[in-house]
Amino acid sequence: MKNRRFYLVGIAIALVIAGFLSFYASSSPDGLEKVAIDLGFIDSAKESAVADSALADYGVAGLDNERLSVGIAGVIGVIATGLVMVLLIRLIGKKRN
Amino acid sequence: MHIPDGFINIPTASASAALAATGLGYSVRAAREKLDEKAAPLVGLVAVFIFAGQMINFPVAAGTSGHLLGGALAAVLVGPHAASLALTVVLAIQALLFADGGLTALGLNIFNMSIVGVWGGYGAFLVMRKIFRYTRTSVMVGSAVGAFLSVPLAATFFSIQYAIGGAGTFAPSTVFAAMFSTHILIGIGEAIITTLTVGAILKTRPDLVFGMLKVRQ
Repeated sequence: MKNRRFYLVGIAIALVIAGFLSFYASSSPDGLEKVAIDLGFIDSAKESAVADSALADYGVAGLDNERLSVGIAGVIGVIATGLVMVLLIRLIGKKRN
Repeated sequence: MHIPDGFINIPTASASAALAATGLGYSVRAAREKLDEKAAPLVGLVAVFIFAGQMINFPVAAGTSGHLLGGALAAVLVGPHAASLALTVVLAIQALLFADGGLTALGLNIFNMSIVGVWGGYGAFLVMRKIFRYTRTSVMVGSAVGAFLSVPLAATFFSIQYAIGGAGTFAPSTVFAAMFSTHILIGIGEAIITTLTVGAILKTRPDLVFGMLKVRQ
């Protein structure tokens, strides 16, 4: 597969997972949360300093449509991750010849 | 898997952050040599894919879910140094933008996933690749075993951190037993996702896969 096509397909898959499939993710507590609940130390968790931010818990603040809310948050996360990676790689990677 | 604020005290979190920073500094220096124009784009794609993959919680047992960690996956695809950096970017974005994982706990999460998850998974991958004689199959087996082991290994390090600086008074062995048994199950999901992803990239672009170096083609 050609480079361009390979990376476009890869990015498209990531966007579909984060923007669409994420809505169908299990809402059960994850492994650590479950252990914390079962053993009884879940109450020691404190809210993150950014717990009230616009995208906290993978939702867009004020957007009631759950499917849209998590989907948009996911797409923003993919884009943000991609941008930070491009910056990081430019910063530390080999210079172009 | 993402530790919230409050579970582990600040001194332990700070010590973990310092250890993680040391490991990342080493990774930056080592990755610099390898991040050329051919290798760099896959590192970015791996980070983006792991961010997306970590949004998908899959059920593992009654009332429990797990999600991709991605350490072994990233290490096999782009090498452990670049993998550590990619995972760290994902964890930082999750903590800062999405309040997933605490801010004071970020060093704990980076240590457990970007360092332990990546290097533990990669170590197991190297052993399996050698045992299975550097074939394409050995890369698949190594990816599966590395991914499977990386999750309970990262969970074990949470148990150690909890034993050192946990907010509760539970016996370390109790926390360890609960964390380990739960995360063994999540490791199975990790192995499936990792093997499918590595397999798909081996079919399309084996030349890009770091773990295929030294493998007979």
